[in-house]
Amino acid sequence: MSDTSPDPPAPTAEEVLEGEKAPVVVFDGVSLAFDDRVILKSVSFALLLGHTKIILGASGAGKSTILRLILGLLKPDAGVIWVNGERVDGMSERELMRVRADIGMVFQEGALFDSLTVRENVGFKLFEETKMPLAEVNRRVEEVLGFVGLLEHIDKMPSALSGGQRRRVAIARAMTAKPRLLLYDEPTTGLDPITSTSIDAEIIKLRDLERVSSIVVTHQLRDAFYVATHEAVADNGAVRIEQADRSKCEEAEFLMLRDGEIVFEGNASQLRAERDPYLLTFLS
Amino acid sequence: MPGHIEDRVKAAVLEVQEYVRLCVTTARAATSRPFYRYDFVEQLDSIGVGSLTVVVLTGLFTGAVLALQSGISLDQFGAREEVGRLVGASMVKELGPVLTALMVTGRVGSGIAAELGSMLVTEQVAALRALGTDPVRKLVVPRVLAGLLMVPALTAISNGVGMIGAWFIAVAQLRVASSVYWNSVWYGLYMEDVWMGLLKPFFLAFVIVTIACHVGLRTSGGTQGVGRATTRAVVAGSVAVLAVDFFVTKLMIFVLY
Repeated sequence: MSDTSPDPPAPTAEEVLEGEKAPVVVFDGVSLAFDDRVILKSVSFALLLGHTKIILGASGAGKSTILRLILGLLKPDAGVIWVNGERVDGMSERELMRVRADIGMVFQEGALFDSLTVRENVGFKLFEETKMPLAEVNRRVEEVLGFVGLLEHIDKMPSALSGGQRRRVAIARAMTAKPRLLLYDEPTTGLDPITSTSIDAEIIKLRDLERVSSIVVTHQLRDAFYVATHEAVADNGAVRIEQADRSKCEEAEFLMLRDGEIVFEGNASQLRAERDPYLLTFLS
Repeated sequence: MPGHIEDRVKAAVLEVQEYVRLCVTTARAATSRPFYRYDFVEQLDSIGVGSLTVVVLTGLFTGAVLALQSGISLDQFGAREEVGRLVGASMVKELGPVLTALMVTGRVGSGIAAELGSMLVTEQVAALRALGTDPVRKLVVPRVLAGLLMVPALTAISNGVGMIGAWFIAVAQLRVASSVYWNSVWYGLYMEDVWMGLLKPFFLAFVIVTIACHVGLRTSGGTQGVGRATTRAVVAGSVAVLAVDFFVTKLMIFVLY
């Protein structure tokens, strides 16, 4: 006897956005060119809640442009971009401010405000754009600086910090307002391997302990695989970074760009198994 | 039209379009919330207090040299005692506003262009936007408002100091009695002159600061670009001061006299 019970109704957009696997960022056929130079060619992908998307590619492949499009710092020539359930590709600067409130961005060199102290940098958004009481802002600033292990540098100027410390302050600044989405633009470029690992650990901690969805743009394969294959475990107040199990590893998705086009999309093991000559050159 | 000329014309038109757009955005931002009052106070100090020494020295020596030069010319007509009238009118109507504006362009315009240019090339402006802060409200509006308030004040100080410099020369070198000099200054100035001297700096301040902000926020090419932006802000600002001074003077003569 055939099953005649009706199919369950399709979930509404609201249900999808509130679900466990809600798409946080969706790119649908996004293209961008500056004059004759094509930057992105019909790029489509989705980032799910609590997941990490690692965007790889050579310099000039269009990786950082994707982050700027998500933030609305650039507008696409074609295609649709959704961020946290809102379509941002046609929004005005004023409307984008609302969307940006839920996004944190770590710029390539940190982009810390050099005339402000570490405390003022980290608390910038709360000091300037909210009515949060000063004591509460300071408490939050100390909390996030403690999270990245830089509390003792709270009253220093950015120029007094090392390159790695500046990146960690930038991460702290991006997470102060508790965004649901964090964007990292080459967070480990130019850093030594030990400092890079400490930055990778912060990215993993934020993803696994704070459930923040993230997009990491990098061309450092070592860091990309480290973030994809490790997880943070809280243990009696201490945090350990350890090898992730298979299902956790599959949650981190890689996306490889070449001349503005996606040439690979999949997880770490699929990327390692690829035999495409370009990918092999990149991975070697 | 040859290609390179066409490109230059297009670039110039684009530059003007972007400048006008910045002015309109600034005007809108200045009349709505949020307003960053700490940045405004900081700019009052940076533009006003920071420029005081250079403006006082400029005014002092301009007044003194004006008295020296005009003393020789007035002697030919036996009118040496009228030196106060000449210095007063020249300082208040023209030299005070223009020289103060040129000094502020050199000191403040270059500083604004360099600061905003550096912020742009190090992605601090993009970071501001990413953090939900409008760069025009945060960076441009406080500077423009502080300029509008402080440049007229600096001009008034420069005028006063210039007349003191001229008084010193009139008394010490031209042997004009102090009371004769100040009487001459007082009777030589008309209310229209004072209005012109007070209103002109507002226009000049707006031009200096908005050009510097515009040039700074369109910097490209790394640290070399910051250097170029600084030079461009001073050159464009200085030329604009002289041009705007001419047109505002013409307008004010038409309206006031």
